[in-house]
Amino acid sequence: MVEPHTIEMEDCGTQFRCPEGEGVLQAMERQGRRAIPVGCRNGGCGLCLVKITEGQFRAGPMSRRHVPAEHSEQGFALACRVYPQSDLRLRLATVSDRQSLQTECPSGQKGR
Amino acid sequence: MAISGVLRPGYVQVRVLDMKAALEHYRDRIGLDVVMTGDDGRVYLKAYDEFDHHSLILREADEPGMDFMSFKVMNEGMLDELHEKLLDGGVAVEEISAGGMPSVGRRLSFIAPTGHRFELFASIGLHPTGPMVNNPELWHAEPRGMRALRFDHCLLYGDDIDGAKALFMDLLGFAVTEQVVTPDGTVIATFLSCGMKAHDLALVRHDSKGKLHHVSFYLESWHDVGHAADIMSRYNMSVDIGPTRHGITRGQTIYFFDPSGNRNEVFAGGYTFYPDHPVRTWSTDEVGKAIFYYERALNDRFMTVVT
Ligand code: FES
Ligand SMILES: [Fe+2]
Repeated sequence: MVEPHTIEMEDCGTQFRCPEGEGVLQAMERQGRRAIPVGCRNGGCGLCLVKITEGQFRAGPMSRRHVPAEHSEQGFALACRVYPQSDLRLRLATVSDRQSLQTECPSGQKGR
Repeated sequence: MAISGVLRPGYVQVRVLDMKAALEHYRDRIGLDVVMTGDDGRVYLKAYDEFDHHSLILREADEPGMDFMSFKVMNEGMLDELHEKLLDGGVAVEEISAGGMPSVGRRLSFIAPTGHRFELFASIGLHPTGPMVNNPELWHAEPRGMRALRFDHCLLYGDDIDGAKALFMDLLGFAVTEQVVTPDGTVIATFLSCGMKAHDLALVRHDSKGKLHHVSFYLESWHDVGHAADIMSRYNMSVDIGPTRHGITRGQTIYFFDPSGNRNEVFAGGYTFYPDHPVRTWSTDEVGKAIFYYERALNDRFMTVVT
């Protein structure tokens, strides 16, 4: 079993540990920390949007409305769907990050 | 007088990010039965106590949310009558011929002023696993998971809830059972019934159009709400709040999330509504109790987390 990785929030300096198999948001909540807002915990609502500035991670399924495919390259991800593969540094998404990411996802229109 | 126009919610189509995870959630945890999988991958489900072919459709997509919600009306003649009413009311209605959806007859489709797509239909096949009718046992096989009895209602967030409320009341015969009103008289939440339930559709005022707050499933008892909570903890499901009670409708409830972040509710109870009942009104300074009667305060997620 790999040791849990250390997650550090740039905004407030909060640190917590997260094993590879657990979402960063879930690990934070389980350890009673409050650095990232908690919404659906399942990649749908966009509340936990962060930018990973350092480290490697794997991402689970995320709503493309909040993280369009072309933007995950830049390190944006929903913290509830981020599974660390090394220590991570991250920061909360700003209002302007959110504005530049928000797109009308076309898939909603096809569902007739 | 029995209900003769719009009878009840029929089916709701929900977008999910991962079908395998969604099926584990809706089938194995909530306890719905899969009735069929379409060629396009959509999965059709129903609760054990529902007669109709399906009440929930899951569609895999890039973002979660609701594609549409439907209501079943009494018969084809009534469907024509409502069609005319909608057209007279200035609503753009699209008629979709029978065969467009498995087991369902012709459908009327329109977009409400809140941006949500709704459908009306009168004909749908009965499913053989529905309730028995001759010397009826309780069920064919004992229900699984949370033992949901039926898809019950949706709470939707959108901008023009006044327009949507008028459409459902004036054109489709719904009644308001309960509402939340600000000091200046603005309605911020309205609960609409087409029959004798405390609500079949609820609308909350919100900046953007077409959002899903929750899809709700009905359980038999407060005891079953507790059993549902046990299942949520056992399987580490994402819980929003509860078990608790709503002041509005008096339902005993849990809010939780499906694996794509769509909020679900399971609930029991709720009062019986008759069309002569006065509207029950909550003021915004008591909105905490209106929504979560035991906590007496909204949680942050209630207003912000939608799909
Ligand atoms: S909490 Fe909803 S997307 Fe992460
Ligand atoms: Fe509800």
